[in-house]
Amino acid sequence: MIDATILLGELAYWQQTSLRVVGGLAAVLLIAGTLVYLHLFKLVSFMQSRLGPMEAGPFGSLQLLAEVGKFLQKEDLVPRKADRFVFLAAPFVVLVSTFLLVVVVPWGPDAWFVDSDIGIYLAMAVSSVSVIGILMAGWGSASKYSLLGGLRATGQLIAYELPLILAVIGVVIQAGTMNMQLIVTAQADGAIFGWDGIGNPYILTQGVGFLLFMIAMQAELTQTPFDMPIAESELVTGYMTEYSGMRFLLFFIGEFATAGVFSAIAAVLFLGGWYVPGIDSDDNILNVIGPLVMLTKVVGLTFLVFWFRFTFPRFREDQLQKLAWKVLIPVALANIVATGILKVAF
Amino acid sequence: MSSTDTPTDAEEKVAADHARNDLVARLTAHLGDGFIDSHLVAGDDLWVRVSRDSWVEAASFAKTSLGFAYFSFLSGIDWMPSPFGRDMDAQVDLQLDGSDEESSGDDDTDSSAIESGVAGGDTRFQVFARLNDVVNGLGITFKVDIPDHDLSVPSWVGVYPGASWHERECWEMYGIDFIDHPGLRHLYLPGEFEGNPLRKDYPLLARRMKPWPGIVDVEQMPDDDTDADDSAGGEA
Amino acid sequence: MTAISDREKLSYIAAQAADARLNLELETEGMTLNLGPQHPATHGTLRIIAKLDGEQVISAEPVMGYMHRGYEKLAEVRTYPQVTALVNRIDWVGSFANEVPFILAAEKLMEVEAPPRAQWIRTALFEMSRVANISLFLGDMALQLGATTPAFFAFRDREHVLNQIEAVTGGRFHPNFDRIGGLKDDLPAGWITETKRAMRKMRQFCDEMEQLVLGNEIFAARSRGIGVIPADIGLSYGLSGANIRSSGVDWDTRRDNPCGLVHSELDWKVWTHPDGDSFARFWVRLQEVRESTKMIDQLLDGLPSGPIMAKVPRIIKVPAGEAYVETENPLGVMGYYVISKGDLVPYRVKIRSASFSNISIAPWLLKGVYVPDIITILASLYFILGDIDR
Repeated sequence: MIDATILLGELAYWQQTSLRVVGGLAAVLLIAGTLVYLHLFKLVSFMQSRLGPMEAGPFGSLQLLAEVGKFLQKEDLVPRKADRFVFLAAPFVVLVSTFLLVVVVPWGPDAWFVDSDIGIYLAMAVSSVSVIGILMAGWGSASKYSLLGGLRATGQLIAYELPLILAVIGVVIQAGTMNMQLIVTAQADGAIFGWDGIGNPYILTQGVGFLLFMIAMQAELTQTPFDMPIAESELVTGYMTEYSGMRFLLFFIGEFATAGVFSAIAAVLFLGGWYVPGIDSDDNILNVIGPLVMLTKVVGLTFLVFWFRFTFPRFREDQLQKLAWKVLIPVALANIVATGILKVAF
Repeated sequence: MSSTDTPTDAEEKVAADHARNDLVARLTAHLGDGFIDSHLVAGDDLWVRVSRDSWVEAASFAKTSLGFAYFSFLSGIDWMPSPFGRDMDAQVDLQLDGSDEESSGDDDTDSSAIESGVAGGDTRFQVFARLNDVVNGLGITFKVDIPDHDLSVPSWVGVYPGASWHERECWEMYGIDFIDHPGLRHLYLPGEFEGNPLRKDYPLLARRMKPWPGIVDVEQMPDDDTDADDSAGGEA
Repeated sequence: MTAISDREKLSYIAAQAADARLNLELETEGMTLNLGPQHPATHGTLRIIAKLDGEQVISAEPVMGYMHRGYEKLAEVRTYPQVTALVNRIDWVGSFANEVPFILAAEKLMEVEAPPRAQWIRTALFEMSRVANISLFLGDMALQLGATTPAFFAFRDREHVLNQIEAVTGGRFHPNFDRIGGLKDDLPAGWITETKRAMRKMRQFCDEMEQLVLGNEIFAARSRGIGVIPADIGLSYGLSGANIRSSGVDWDTRRDNPCGLVHSELDWKVWTHPDGDSFARFWVRLQEVRESTKMIDQLLDGLPSGPIMAKVPRIIKVPAGEAYVETENPLGVMGYYVISKGDLVPYRVKIRSASFSNISIAPWLLKGVYVPDIITILASLYFILGDIDR
């Protein structure tokens, strides 16, 4: 992916495209794999006083491959009364939204897939595509549990899209751009009351926005405490109930990859992205260090996501909606107003 | 602390006895002819047998006036000895018991063999139920005779809604009808099940197919005579 | 205790009513949701047929019998000592406690009394099975509400108690240790110190649960005011144990009808809660585990010496008669009505199991709640399927 960006000008279109595809796959699958191993297998196990997988490879690091192999071998069941096309297509729709999201995330000064001027706008727009996939899965399964789960998911995702977007607007106002790359450089070039030692990560000025973004992200990912749509103990994983094998794996990858990509977006918006203090933001070395820095930040942010996931019980649907509409959205609006006033004042 | 609530044994016995005697007196007064018999173990327990007509009245009186708000359970008893006699049990047990086999194959109700328990009884089937007074820690077991020609008894659901499932269970296990029960359908058994499993004339098929090996708990003592039956028990 | 926020309760009820009106106006079509018999929330094979209007339950009907094993019939052809092996499997997470009331009923009919040491050890094991049982509930209820970690903590710490039960009885789940007239064996060496350590760990576990689950705002929001059982309704449905105590009924057979167990010689407290909701049921059970660990400590300190078996004939024939003994088992009041005709086998055994009565309130309680609350309510009523189906 790094090579791709450097060589872009010298490569034919198809070569660029294939490099982008490879890079995108790497970004999605590597992140998903890392998160599953680090967080789902190990972190959570340590929190729950167990060891997690230990047999496959050193410290169970190859367990992931075994799991993937297991899922691939399983029969791809389709319920007899399912809406066949919708049922089969749903996991891909969900995964596509993840791939579309990863497109706009910059990984280094030159390491990006698409340098779009409406980067964050695009990201917020395509993140909603997964709702359609989930609704498709819920409807197509011809199962009442799935339908309830799908409907709950739709209601929840729409409700939490708003605080998510409103939280981003604060950053956009402050940076003065929707281009993700420029948001990073704006943070890198910024200064905290004249001291520019570490730039100006927007978490300092947009702390409220960051908090809102993380909460809304948790809900968008349907992780506990916002996992009413998949609630294993009542809806038996909701819209995923009827899926098995390969297609379940796609949902699974989608879940973790989306967690990673959303964290990457949060890292770009609030934590300074790939920028490393002390290195000139145009330095080519950042194309190598940048992705690693991003990965570290992603792991750190997803740590929070999974920490909450395995600590909290879940909200009920009405409480969840109440939180979105009565708390998060007003706070987000106030944050925008405050940011706007301060932007004009300074 | 519990120590304050538990007086010495003797005191408690007397106190409870008064309480139970009082209960019997009040039930007798209220139910009149409906009160048939009672059995009282001082300081321990109380059984009251009522007529079928005052079965519901007994419950509502106990609930409203005697303070027995707690419904514990309701079930049935079949007093007819099993027509399969003791051949359901191992031969070892029979020898130990010394009693001979009951006449097997005798399917009809042999009322002469019926021997009811405490507080008496005249019929093959009885329904019994237990109520508790949670304030004073007392309990009553109510019994009612169910005549063979009309296996039915009024339902307690109107008084204690919790009786519903117990009556459904009793209905399917004994075939006793509960009049005015809102939904008398199978509770445990599948809908198409035939027979009433807890009746004594309903054979336990597992035992008919393969006799129980006997009291396997009995360890062989060194000075015991070894006989064939014991070794059969050991191997099972 | 913590006063329930009436405002929250009222707003919830108002929301339910508003939903019902809306559904009536829109004439939405109902849906029947079948929870179980294989469903993660049913601990086995309970099935609940819920008629839904949107997410609101119009009526819910539990269907059971998927695990009916006919113990009442089987007990009629087993000798008294053999019955304990059967009844072990009624409430399989606190199995020693199942044996106790049956053995006590048989002892009552035989007019045998276990020697003091046996009674004390019996009470200790009885309370330990309560700790083992209810600590599982504490984790499980949180799991049903979506928090996975408390369940693992519960399984981890429950192990300490199970190990101690195993050390005495040889069985973790089905000890089959109680005998008419006493116990099978005495305690192994060093057991008392080990058990005290385990009880300390259980108290830590309770503290942990208090912070992790009880103190959690989401848990409170999910369980406060959900599934409120008024005391009189609870009594007429035959609810027992923590379910009725959390409705403010101060009734504990351990204290009120001590029968063969030595609870009356201990210093302990019956916990009640006035609210009667799911939160109260969790709260009361948490306090009960703590109370039980203290009881066990006292039992171990005051353990009298002497034999552990009274003189009973080798072949046990129980004199004719009827006896009903109930004890306060982990799930609630469990009783055995034993009718003997002077035989080797009981003539009739009526098993009054706690969960059967506890869950019989479900159709009444589930009316009008939302689907997520079905899970909260069922989890908080705490049933073990073997205890329902017998």
